[in-house]
Amino acid sequence: MITLEKRAGPSKAWALATPLVAVALTMIVGGILFAALGKNPFETIRTIFLDPLFSEFAWFYRPQLLIKGAPLVLIAIGLSFGFRAGVWNIGAEGQYIMGAICGAAVGLAFHPMESRLIFPLMVLAGAFGGWAWAMIPGVLRVKFGTNEILVSLMLVYVAEQLLASMALGAMRNPEGMGFPGSRNLAQYPSAANLELIKDSGMHWGVVAALIAVIFAYVTLSRHIFGFQVRLAGQSPRAANFAGVNPAGMILICLGISGALAGLAGLFEVAGPAGQISIDFNVGYGFTAIIVAFLGRLHPIGILLAGGLMALTYIGGEIAQSNLGLPGAAIQLLQGMLLFFLLAVDMLTNYRIKFGKGGTV
Amino acid sequence: MTLLSLQGLTKAYPGVVANDNVSFEIGRGEIHALLGENGAGKSTLVKTIYGLVNPDAGSMLLEGAAFAPPEPRAARKAGVAMVFQHFSLFDALNVAENIALGMENPPPLQDVAEQVREVSDQYGLPLDPSRVVGDLSAGERQRVEIIRCLLQDPKLLIMDEPTSVLTPQEVTILFETLRKLASEGTSILYISHKLEEIRALCDHATVLRMGHVVGECDPSQTSAREMAELMVGAVLQVPEKPDKPAGNVALTLTGLSAPAPHEFGTALRDISLTVRRGEVLGVGGVAGNGQDELVAALSGEMRVSSGMVRMGDDDIGHMPPNARRALGLCAAPEERNGHAAAPDMTLIENALLTGNVRKELSSRGFLKWDRARDFAAEIIEKFDVRTPSAGSTARSLSGGNLQKFVIGREILQDPDVLIINQPTWGVDASAAASIRQAILDLAVAGAAVILISQDLDELMEIADQFSALNEGRMSDPRPAKGLTIDEIGLMLGGSHDMEVSHVDA
Repeated sequence: MITLEKRAGPSKAWALATPLVAVALTMIVGGILFAALGKNPFETIRTIFLDPLFSEFAWFYRPQLLIKGAPLVLIAIGLSFGFRAGVWNIGAEGQYIMGAICGAAVGLAFHPMESRLIFPLMVLAGAFGGWAWAMIPGVLRVKFGTNEILVSLMLVYVAEQLLASMALGAMRNPEGMGFPGSRNLAQYPSAANLELIKDSGMHWGVVAALIAVIFAYVTLSRHIFGFQVRLAGQSPRAANFAGVNPAGMILICLGISGALAGLAGLFEVAGPAGQISIDFNVGYGFTAIIVAFLGRLHPIGILLAGGLMALTYIGGEIAQSNLGLPGAAIQLLQGMLLFFLLAVDMLTNYRIKFGKGGTV
Repeated sequence: MTLLSLQGLTKAYPGVVANDNVSFEIGRGEIHALLGENGAGKSTLVKTIYGLVNPDAGSMLLEGAAFAPPEPRAARKAGVAMVFQHFSLFDALNVAENIALGMENPPPLQDVAEQVREVSDQYGLPLDPSRVVGDLSAGERQRVEIIRCLLQDPKLLIMDEPTSVLTPQEVTILFETLRKLASEGTSILYISHKLEEIRALCDHATVLRMGHVVGECDPSQTSAREMAELMVGAVLQVPEKPDKPAGNVALTLTGLSAPAPHEFGTALRDISLTVRRGEVLGVGGVAGNGQDELVAALSGEMRVSSGMVRMGDDDIGHMPPNARRALGLCAAPEERNGHAAAPDMTLIENALLTGNVRKELSSRGFLKWDRARDFAAEIIEKFDVRTPSAGSTARSLSGGNLQKFVIGREILQDPDVLIINQPTWGVDASAAASIRQAILDLAVAGAAVILISQDLDELMEIADQFSALNEGRMSDPRPAKGLTIDEIGLMLGGSHDMEVSHVDA
């Protein structure tokens, strides 16, 4: 009979080993899945996890790693505050879209004027857009006790509709021959989020993600606010006793995650994507949830997890084009990663005991 | 004649042997006490008998036949019933429904209600099967649990700390019931740390210490002090209360009223009192009569209207907890895990939890972890908290040790006003004595203390003034010296019972 026994305290060794074991299990089960699909499992795993870094064309893929990883890390850092405090913002995708729309709107409003102030203004507008969108579930929860999981998730679909409307209507490029989509901000120097070093993939979003990681690390380990966030998540009653205002905590956590998701949206629309278009969002806001948990809600962990997840995105695309792997198989792989992580995570707080069978 | 015989029961958990070769016998119709400090292995032992724990070694004989229940259902079938310290009742259902829920094949509710009436008449446990459990007092809820057990017609009834929630009058009723049951041949295994009760009730006592049986005695022939010393294996220090004059008024409550914070909470009604420096105000009362709410209103977790709570000249009713701490008011709530302390955090982090303001553990929001570590180490040393290190999580500590940590954390912040709820609940005798001594020392040093407790002996031991909470109302404080147990009983629950009888009439 197998039983679970609660450990006296969380195991440090397992806390560190969990992500590695989860990745290994994902590779094994993923390999079996690929074999079932008629692909060579070893080649497929290598293509997904190693080719973006070490293949002949790695010079092309490596910058992509930063471009894909930065928004994931930026959003996941914001989400990690809320997840630690027990505030479940599932709608980062919507806040990401709203950040992009608001930021792009500021840029487009100034077109074709050139000024050094335009890009900073867009950054502020992007953060504001995401923040404001996150405040909707926040205020509803604080005032009326609604569930922020449902409200933030539903607002993703509202934001998607708004995005389509903008791409087809208010923000459509007047010189775009009637095609949907806005002017290309990447071609508007004052508004463009261009690479800081040529061919490196390093743009302002990457810088912002790194700053966010450092900021989060310092806040969580050294600042009273970080302590209160952790306390609120672990023991709400103890947090109240310690003087944490529960409503304030909800609003601040949603605000941080919304603003960072909005920033990620702005950096994306002004750089790699270039324009507001109907299919602008590609699920970074949802994938960032996996990144946040894969990184154990720890800033450094999130940085590594963001890199890993970007790897599976790029490797997945290579596998799709080179090996004809269906796109759904890649999503399955990413989902598996979270699944195994949560499953193995149990070993941090519990030990498995193989006891004798039940007596009598 | 022997009903149940335990032979060499052993059960080990990681890092601790809860029961080590425990053997004793319970006779038919005997009221057998199981005594021991917290962590002595009492719970593990009764859980083994009730089928919740499978022993690593050893065996049990029930009426001469091998008895090894794999689960509680089997134990109940064999005639073992248990009343837990914490009730498992649904507040929103009535008594009969709650009892039917616990049955294997419940008869129609009408029949259950009839059986409840019969048993409650037979054993003198007044209980109306149609009342909603959420409206019952703790004593009445316990009756529901007892009747639920009696309906199974048990051979052995296990009772875990049954009197901790009862008024003296209710204790008397319970004891009569238990004696009647024993006289009819039912054996009772009675777990308690209240030694005087055991002396009054039990025929035989087995004492456990650190998983071993360290002694047996006839409680009626043994003094409470002897039994306590057997339990802790050391000579007990009784707290000393020096005579000292009370100082200025430190805390004033004026018409403190607040609505119930949740559906089954208690509203505070028009509480007025003063506490002076150097004075300990003992607040008695059965659990659920507004204790938690009073602590919340004083600590700042629950804000009340201005003017209701004053510290000296400062009106603090509207202030959040940390502003009150800054003024010198500290509090230790009853629930250690998850309220007074965060179970998954380290003791260093838990020291920071309330110590941040008064011990200056941060500056401009940035934490000074070394100071927090020093503070935690100071608490651990001065209050004899048994833990491998300050970096251990709170939940790795035993209940008593965590309680010492929580009390120590508040006392070492040198408060002017200290509010404590149930400081020695579930704490062993020697630790309880040192906690009480620390509270007295703080009062002698000039702090005003409000001590809320359900342990009357504790209140009489250290309180200067005594007052009782009843349905959110507080009786006028009276000097504790010279109060008789009957007077206290009336203050605690007398008027409450009268009100109910008016309604019924």
